[in-house]
Amino acid sequence: MDELMLGTLLASTLRVATPLILCALAGVLAERSGVIDIGLEGKMLCAAFAAGAAGAVWGSSFVALAAAIGVAFALSMLHGYACVIHRGDQVVSGMAINILAAGLTVVLGIACFHQGGQTPALPDEVRLRALWPEAPEVLGDLIGNGLAGYNVLVYLALALVPGVWLLLQQTRFGLRLRAVGENPHMVDAAGVSVHGLRFSALALNGLLCGLAGSYLVLAQNAAFAPHMTAGRGYMALAAMIFGKWRPLPALAACLLFGFLDALAIRLQGAVLPVIGEVPVQFIQALPYLMTVILLAGFMGSSQAPGALGRPYLKER
Amino acid sequence: MISFFKSGATPPMPRWAELVLMPLVNLAIAFALAGGVVALVGQAPGLVLETLLQGAFGSLRGVSYTLYYTTSFIFTGLAVALASHGGLFNIGAEGQASIGGLGIGLLALWLSNSLPWYLMWPLLLIAGMGFGALWAAVPGYLQAWRGSHVVITTIMFNFMASALLSYLLVHQLKVNDGMAVESAPFGASAHLSGIHQVLASLGVEWPSSPLNLSFVLALGAAVAVYLLLWRSRAGFRLRAFGSSASAAEYAGINPRHQTLLAMACSGALAGMVGMNEIAGVNDKLLLDFVGGAGFTGIAVAVIGRNHPFGIVMASLLFGALFQGGAEVAFEVQGFTRDMVVMLQGLIVLVSGAMSHVVAGPVARLVHACSRREASFTEKETQHG
Repeated sequence: MDELMLGTLLASTLRVATPLILCALAGVLAERSGVIDIGLEGKMLCAAFAAGAAGAVWGSSFVALAAAIGVAFALSMLHGYACVIHRGDQVVSGMAINILAAGLTVVLGIACFHQGGQTPALPDEVRLRALWPEAPEVLGDLIGNGLAGYNVLVYLALALVPGVWLLLQQTRFGLRLRAVGENPHMVDAAGVSVHGLRFSALALNGLLCGLAGSYLVLAQNAAFAPHMTAGRGYMALAAMIFGKWRPLPALAACLLFGFLDALAIRLQGAVLPVIGEVPVQFIQALPYLMTVILLAGFMGSSQAPGALGRPYLKER
Repeated sequence: MISFFKSGATPPMPRWAELVLMPLVNLAIAFALAGGVVALVGQAPGLVLETLLQGAFGSLRGVSYTLYYTTSFIFTGLAVALASHGGLFNIGAEGQASIGGLGIGLLALWLSNSLPWYLMWPLLLIAGMGFGALWAAVPGYLQAWRGSHVVITTIMFNFMASALLSYLLVHQLKVNDGMAVESAPFGASAHLSGIHQVLASLGVEWPSSPLNLSFVLALGAAVAVYLLLWRSRAGFRLRAFGSSASAAEYAGINPRHQTLLAMACSGALAGMVGMNEIAGVNDKLLLDFVGGAGFTGIAVAVIGRNHPFGIVMASLLFGALFQGGAEVAFEVQGFTRDMVVMLQGLIVLVSGAMSHVVAGPVARLVHACSRREASFTEKETQHG
């Protein structure tokens, strides 16, 4: 494997992994506070649509980003309203968001832009460009392609990993957030609002889902296309579980899954010695298979937060 | 799993209100919201509804297509509901249906040229149910014995099912000359007769449609699920386990066996989708034949209150929406069937996730009405 190939493989790994990282961090925040979030997929899809539509109409990346974050935030609040305040089932609510998103984005896309659900392609000045496009020439193939020359969201996603870790492990807010996911009665007894903490976690979750969705439209593709998340939200969910609900291992899982995805594309139709033709479908299914095996306790153990999925009812 | 059908702290409602009024109120809210979106995108909700009903029920052909869609939804709705009675949320009906269809397809490719239909049909059913049951039993086993949550595992199994199906079709079963990713066509004995063929042999004229004998199978499955859940000991054990796992265990019911059994039965029901789509319509194995029916099953089970009768009714509703929606998409410019997917999401949201939000006011309203009625009759008896 030469340097150029390694560099591009690294680059495509990071590009695939970025929305996964953002979404997995969103999942970590929600689930550490005790709220199951399988609606990552739907929130990311709606955010991507909002970014595509707002970017096409107003022609500004800032407005596109704001719209994406706003929409994902609103969906997170809806999830909180149904599940935290009214103690609805969190899995059902997440599923509802996913189904709703799959339908609504296409309906609105066709109504607004008449292109079969797509949004018009965004002009280059709206899209997020590489911070340092000349990097491959200056630094060479491996470092230039693989490490430098990304857009701002990639670096932001990478920076947010230690950021979320610091928030969860080193701040008072983080301690309370983790406590409310393990034992909400204790937090309530200490005089801290359970609902307040879970809503703050969901607010941050919406923010991150919005960033993930806008990445798909502003950086990866040039426009929104129906069902463009294509299961990335579920893969992020798998990465979060694979990372045992912790930011740094979740990052590692996202990079691993991103690498497998990049590898699957590269190995399409390739014939390797000994193995023969590689079944790409197997590599694509590997992240899910590994998550199942890990969850089943055959490969280390993965322990969910204690109060995950349990709505909190204050005793009077 | 957390129970999404218990009404928690809301005041108790009379049975009729719980079973009939609540689903209707929830549906009305979801339809009103969807109507709002229809109006927002600049179309007349009234016209859309009229075209939709006309398309779904206006002709014998329309009715047949409606019932054809209904068939798959009954299977997946029953699958989700059966698991729910065991306290499990089966999001994996989509994957179990694909694998069930795979079983049906493999068996049909193997034997359809050598066996007559009266042997083939039962074998196909067994293959579909068996493959679906196995694919669902693994997450059931993993939850019961290894402690991994069935919701997460079934999500992962959905993706693995689609990867497996696509691998087998692309690398093993694909016919060489075609561009389309599909298997060779089956022999004639693996084809479930269409309803129009059955009726024609009885002398009744019926327009040709994909509606086939699986519809009868689906109604039979609904009756069987009813008998299993409410008229058998196994069903009682399952429901007891679903209402309170600890109480059931104290009464000597093995929770692990119940989890495994609930998931296997649920998967078997989902696997029957292949009877409708593969054996009944396509006569070959292809990608993506389930087409979201597994997720529609969640909405069907939620709005049908997990009862077979409610599920058949809810499936009919969604069948009509799918068929009518296709007609509307044809007639009204700018309308897509994705509107129906959106409505599905709204229904799951309102009647599943937000059931407590709606139930409170409705319960209070019912109480107020019944109290006023009671005081009227009281006064009348005093005066009389």
